[in-house]
Amino acid sequence: MKQYDLVIIGGGPAGLAAAVSARDAGVENLLILERDRELGGILNQCIHNGFGLHTFQEELTGPEYAARYIDQVRQRQIPCLLDTMVLEISPDRVVTAMNRTEGLFQLQAGAVILAMGCRERPRGALNIPGTRPAGIFTAGTAQRLVNMEGYLPGRKVVILGSGDIGLIMARRMTLEGAEVQVVAELMPYSGGLKRNIVQCLDDFGIPLKLSHTVVDIRGRERLTGVTLAAVDENRRPIPGTEEDYECDTLLLSCGLIPENELSRGAGVSLSPVTSGPVVDESLETSVPGIFACGNVLHVHDLVDFVSQEAAAAGAAAARYLRGERPESAAAIPVRAKGGVRYTVPAAIHPAAMAEEQVIRFRVGDVYRSCCTAVYLDGERVWRKKRQIMAPGEMEQVTLKRADLLQRPDCREITITIEEA
Amino acid sequence: MHDVIIVGAGVVGAAVARELSRCRADVVVLERFEDVCCGTSKANSAIVHAGYDAPTGSLMAQLNLRGSQMMEELSRELDFPYRRNGSLVLCMSEEDRPRLERLYQRGLANGVEGLRIIGPEEIHAMEPNVSDNVVAALDVPTGAIVCPFGLTIALAENAAANGVRFQFDTTVTGFTREQEGWTVHTDKGDLSARCVVNAAGTHADQLHNMVSGQKLHIIPRRGDYYLLDKTTGGFVDHTIFQLPNKMGKGVLVTPTVHGNTLVGPTAIEQEDRDCTATTREGLDQVAEKAAVTVKNLPLRQTITSFAGLRAHEEGHEFIVDEVADAPGFFDCAGIESPGLSSSPAIGERMAGLLREKLSLEPNPDFIPTRKGILNPQGLSFQERQALIREKPAYGRVICRCEGITEGEILDAIRRPLGARSLDGVKRRTRAGMGRCQGGFCSPRVMELIARETGMDLGDVTKCGGQSRLTVGKSKEGV
Repeated sequence: MKQYDLVIIGGGPAGLAAAVSARDAGVENLLILERDRELGGILNQCIHNGFGLHTFQEELTGPEYAARYIDQVRQRQIPCLLDTMVLEISPDRVVTAMNRTEGLFQLQAGAVILAMGCRERPRGALNIPGTRPAGIFTAGTAQRLVNMEGYLPGRKVVILGSGDIGLIMARRMTLEGAEVQVVAELMPYSGGLKRNIVQCLDDFGIPLKLSHTVVDIRGRERLTGVTLAAVDENRRPIPGTEEDYECDTLLLSCGLIPENELSRGAGVSLSPVTSGPVVDESLETSVPGIFACGNVLHVHDLVDFVSQEAAAAGAAAARYLRGERPESAAAIPVRAKGGVRYTVPAAIHPAAMAEEQVIRFRVGDVYRSCCTAVYLDGERVWRKKRQIMAPGEMEQVTLKRADLLQRPDCREITITIEEA
Repeated sequence: MHDVIIVGAGVVGAAVARELSRCRADVVVLERFEDVCCGTSKANSAIVHAGYDAPTGSLMAQLNLRGSQMMEELSRELDFPYRRNGSLVLCMSEEDRPRLERLYQRGLANGVEGLRIIGPEEIHAMEPNVSDNVVAALDVPTGAIVCPFGLTIALAENAAANGVRFQFDTTVTGFTREQEGWTVHTDKGDLSARCVVNAAGTHADQLHNMVSGQKLHIIPRRGDYYLLDKTTGGFVDHTIFQLPNKMGKGVLVTPTVHGNTLVGPTAIEQEDRDCTATTREGLDQVAEKAAVTVKNLPLRQTITSFAGLRAHEEGHEFIVDEVADAPGFFDCAGIESPGLSSSPAIGERMAGLLREKLSLEPNPDFIPTRKGILNPQGLSFQERQALIREKPAYGRVICRCEGITEGEILDAIRRPLGARSLDGVKRRTRAGMGRCQGGFCSPRVMELIARETGMDLGDVTKCGGQSRLTVGKSKEGV
């Protein structure tokens, strides 16, 4: 069995940044396993711009952003296996994978970084009644067909869900010559970034109907229409509000689900809120030596933050491989309270944390004129005023190591939202 | 002139074709859709019923029992997934106990083996997720589950290998009785045959009524279902039934042969013979009724919901016979549940009638076995390595959720009666049948279909007909 110090599962933005960072931190013997034919992951089909404002201070397209990291991987001569599917990861980090040239094979990894990304919630999981014709696509599948295969999935479009890919596809389909009639969103707020609503819907005059859903799908072979209805506060359709739309295409952008089948097989504990691994400040999962970053950990809005998080995972894996693991005390749990749905990380070892630790989270509702705050046990150590917070935008707070070191008995870190 | 024209390439048409191919005969199957297994056969409970439910002495009871007895051996001959997981029919209240008792007696009278009535303790030992309110159950060890696509496709492929010709995308529009046999009118021209077999599912009465004065009336009964993720595998091991009522066998909860959990169906009568749209009410009803028999059903793990139609005939009996006032015209009509279970026996009976009618000779070249699409997941590590070395396409995963490789998909497209659409590939290989429901693999499978069949990617369909997945090239309309 071949031995590697570090095996990275996935060659998308997370895997690439993790690899670069791990190599720069001194990991020589590492390998990226990528299931697709090329590196870059989902960025390859994101041909719109807006990537890299934080990382490179310029607006890149998805493939351009990916290329920057692919170049760095190439410069460092980090080996990659493409078109290679990982079938299993064992708790002791034996990775079973398969491709056309090597066949079925196993690797022993000193450490593993999970960077498999996420998948879209399909129609079936949304429980929408009606027929099952051609013409119903998740937004990402349609994006691939249009941007990579060069085919138009339809001409008259309704979009359900206002996730970022759905918003981007509303604009893309319009630019490709299709008519996007409406974007319906079940929740009373959008699931996507404000800037995408402005640039992809408002600029093209595409209406966004909040608190609406699809209640019927028609058409036997190809989609012929859908029915939209308003929903009440319990998200149940309100009788009498039904509106029929003629369309040949329904795009779904109703949530992304971290792809953790491999993680589960490795015995990694998953969060019921994020569907991603529960990790500590080093982005290490419940299984020693297995780290996670990017959308497999929790779904991000901005690739820049994926790259940052992945770089941290790469550096942490390098530290783990050097044996620099503080033996020390148990981790302090990070609690999400008062509208904060979850936090990444979910626990912190003060001895292992950086001087400043970013804690990322999402809120469960729209909050205006409020504050995010960090408590160590009962004591507030950080507070920041926020004009508006929404579930579609990832939030973050910063925790100072010094604050924790001053309180060696701290038992609980709490992230919360409070009135300004 | 053909010897036999079979109308319909569902499980019944395919079973008749396969049984008939044991004889030397010129047989053609006409199918209005682009593939086999496109109607009732593709959307049902995927159960091989043991045979306790149908009225004693009925043809339905007889064929169900025989089909159930044939199925295991057939699954070995034709290489399709089948598992004898056993069924439990639950009785949820003391006042229903006499009905359970009657079911038990009927099962005995029908010849079903191994039946027992068992109490709550034993039920919960077998199935911990059964509701605490259960008072007794009929334990049916001969109940089984099957892959309905696998069964139908296997029968059809074996029939084709034995000389039966399949003609797809062909709709029968009428019949003319001739001196000797029948002219079958279709939208693709006329054909003639000495005998016709009507295996037209929910349309069987319409075909029958074209030739006979003794009218049939099929009222399609729609059933809505939920299919749950494989992570729910093991939620139940037996097929969990409720006590049957006059509308059918009620809502069941069952594992599938592939390790998912299937919940349904409703029984909603409708006019439309083809519409398999689910409804909010139907799906809600399934959830509500399933909650009576099992606790904590993980419906949040639903990966798809669907509906199928049962071809319920007013007389509630299988009609598998020559039509009295239309000699040479044979019906397989009213094949509602337990139709899938009975299909091998229906094929056997119908082939027997035709053999006699046409004085057919045995086919000395009949090949009784068929090899299914190789499932590399069933191989050992070393076997799989050797396979990929020999055929690298088995090393490339196309459908990540189900782990389906290019090799399996190519086999599905290239074999006789091969897949020509996304759904065709899905039913043969399970590519696209997993938790992402084809989100990732659809474009890849489309590419493979286009490459293998020589069609443009833009012409690839979901399920034939007007179901093209794309409408043109990007920017074409700009």
